[in-house]
Amino acid sequence: MNTKITKWFSSGRPYVWLNAGAVTISIVMVTGLVLLIAARGLAHFWPADVAVFDYYQEPNQRTASYIGEFIEAEEVPRSRVGQTGYEGESFVRHLIKTGNRDVYGLDFTWVMDVGIQNKSYPEDATIIERHEWGNLNAFIKSVTVDGQTISTGDVWSVFTDTVDRTTELHHEIKHIEKSLIGAINYKMERLRLDERKLELKDKKTPEALAELDRKRAELDEEYNGYTDELSKLYEEMNKPSFVAMLADGTDKSVQFATVVRAFRPNAMGFFDKLGFYFEKLWEFLSADPREANTEGGIFPAIFGTVLMVIIMSVMVTPFGVVAAVYLREYAKQGPFTRLVRIAVNNLAGVPSVVYGVFGLGFFVYFVGGNIDQLFFKASLPAPTFGTPGLLWASLTLAILTVPVVIVATEEGLSRVPRAIREGSLALGATKAETMWRTVLPMTAPAMITGLILAVARAAGEVAPLMLVGVVKLAPSLALDSNAPFLHLDRKFMHLGFHIYDVGFQSPNVEAARPLVYATALLLVILIIVLNLTAIRIRNTLREKYRAAEQN
Amino acid sequence: MQQNKTNTVINLEEDNGERFVNKNTDSTPTHSMNLGDIVENGGEKANLAEEKVAISVTDFNLFYGSKQALKDINMTIPEKKVTAFIGPSGCGKSTLLRSFNRMNDLIDSVNVSGEISIDGENIFDKMVNVADLRRRVGMVFQKPNPFPKSIYENVAYGLRIQGVNDRRTIDAVVEKSLKGAALWDEVKDRLDDLAMGLSGGQQQRLVIARAIAIEPEIILLDEPASALDPISTLKVEELIYELKNNFTIVIVTHNMQQAARVSDYTAYMYLGELVEFNDTSTLFTNPEEKMTEDYITGRYG
Repeated sequence: MNTKITKWFSSGRPYVWLNAGAVTISIVMVTGLVLLIAARGLAHFWPADVAVFDYYQEPNQRTASYIGEFIEAEEVPRSRVGQTGYEGESFVRHLIKTGNRDVYGLDFTWVMDVGIQNKSYPEDATIIERHEWGNLNAFIKSVTVDGQTISTGDVWSVFTDTVDRTTELHHEIKHIEKSLIGAINYKMERLRLDERKLELKDKKTPEALAELDRKRAELDEEYNGYTDELSKLYEEMNKPSFVAMLADGTDKSVQFATVVRAFRPNAMGFFDKLGFYFEKLWEFLSADPREANTEGGIFPAIFGTVLMVIIMSVMVTPFGVVAAVYLREYAKQGPFTRLVRIAVNNLAGVPSVVYGVFGLGFFVYFVGGNIDQLFFKASLPAPTFGTPGLLWASLTLAILTVPVVIVATEEGLSRVPRAIREGSLALGATKAETMWRTVLPMTAPAMITGLILAVARAAGEVAPLMLVGVVKLAPSLALDSNAPFLHLDRKFMHLGFHIYDVGFQSPNVEAARPLVYATALLLVILIIVLNLTAIRIRNTLREKYRAAEQN
Repeated sequence: MQQNKTNTVINLEEDNGERFVNKNTDSTPTHSMNLGDIVENGGEKANLAEEKVAISVTDFNLFYGSKQALKDINMTIPEKKVTAFIGPSGCGKSTLLRSFNRMNDLIDSVNVSGEISIDGENIFDKMVNVADLRRRVGMVFQKPNPFPKSIYENVAYGLRIQGVNDRRTIDAVVEKSLKGAALWDEVKDRLDDLAMGLSGGQQQRLVIARAIAIEPEIILLDEPASALDPISTLKVEELIYELKNNFTIVIVTHNMQQAARVSDYTAYMYLGELVEFNDTSTLFTNPEEKMTEDYITGRYG
């Protein structure tokens, strides 16, 4: 018996099992994680059926009537359901998304299974998404368009047509307000700064002032044209209204202008629902957030994350490569270079929030403050670069990730065979020419490996960003059509911070939870996409140089 | 003898060297080993003292840290001839070869004393630009080391370093060099392919083409055929034989048959010292030193 076990051990099989087991556990954990956040996040956009029911907290005494979606169920002991006349030690209770926050005060409510009566799924139960106050779950009673009230016949199709029309008007208004008037405001601010500059330089001549006034008058005129147009559009949009009947029979008059989208899940077939699902998913990816980030999309956060990572990469790669080349190729190898190398490696282990503090103190207050003093004196005391922003966040993350790039590049440099360098030198190339024409191209795969690691780390970082430029809601993207197009001084939104904000700072916990999962999934996918791109580039390059490295 | 030197050199340039065959026939060759190759080209026996000098080495010492690798080397390497260095491993022949284009500079701990002159100029002089020196003294290494670039770009590398960018000039030089390295016919249809796709022998000839593209005066070959199969070796040897018409060639080899086949002059080195340096047929058939004879007859080690 004993010899059998000894034999089994010496055959090496246990180690194979051990290794295979470890790999399996890792794979299961990774896929499990992704599947969990995918399932929790993606289910949120599915238009589930809505039930209409009466609820009795005490037997024979109706508490309320609800139109709502059943989210989840759980069994709880008696002590947790509050005062109730029902018999039993434990109760099943449901979480209902009731909407109508303006009526009930909350979007969600818990009800006991035993208290649900007269449950039905009527086809005309409607969910109306609004710009404010969340969903309105109700029945449409009548629609008032152009002074006419329609309460019989095909009310629903009139309703949806009107929603489409007001949505269009809403888009038009948004376009004028954000793009056109935004541009005018931007130019006005520039004029104000120009005037201030003249004042600082003591060149406030009447001619220059007249020129500024003329420009200002032009912009004013343009602005007035837009406001006239806007007030017309607003008037048109605010006219149509409808009357909605809540579950308990009370009527509520609502303006169409507040409606984002309305749908009747009980009347939708599977493919209707599928279409609606992808529409919602697209909204999540492409729209701006609404209602304290708990509704709408996360486009600005995706945009901010990608832009920040790109700017960081542009800064960290040359810096890391130059440092690695010096350390490996030019510096005299000795105790001092060894010390520098150890320090670089240790930098990679410093907690990231420390970098945030450093970024705030050094970049924002010191460098940014001085830049403002030197170049943006006109806009002081309002800071331009002396406040957290995209540039400082990118720079801070560049410092955070530079050790990774240095280490990877150094490794790549050490892998370039001596024979290749000697071959180049023997042809009369100087050391710099050899580096530039042969060694560095061969090191490119290693540099990109370093960059992959840097990007993966930077994209997921939150703590330092909170100190140096990320905000909950950025008024405008850092890239727009106003020269100079890329506004490095602006604050931005970031997926990692968005998860933190929605998850921990949201007033509406139940509504926020699926969004946290969906955003997390998106962040993971974004990092995977960035990495796959880099890996692809690296593999192509590596293929090219593999044969040479084997020499 | 010394007085005749200049005259003889002139004669050498005018004639084809046939006369020396007669002059030296009285030296009795010892055919103690199979040196048939020498007999093949041994007809034209050369005389070192009458050659034009390409490199002259005077009292040259080289140290790796405190270890002396070369001891008091004195020799002259003739122009447009093939000179071979032979000797057991670690005898310093590669080190000496790498001194001619100052490749040893790359090693931090190396110190040298004495002089190596090319065209009458000491290459260790402070005024010498090492990159210029290496342009004049090309080198081919033991293992083929093409750059991870196309065949065309490998040959064009030296020109591009010199700032030549005219496509037509480069085209012409690439063709001429590849022809000179007897590789043109094999690669002319795939100049844009990666050089790594060539066989070892083709790679080595490509590296030679790369070296001759910048038209050096001297080409150093550091065991150029030791990593190649016999057929590739033969091709490289034929190439060396061709190249000596235009270049001074110094070759380090472990293979004595090879030294005998390709070289006009041979130097035998042992433990950092130059033991014997003479024309190839004399050194192989009638060595002056007992040590040399032991080595070439295989009694060494």
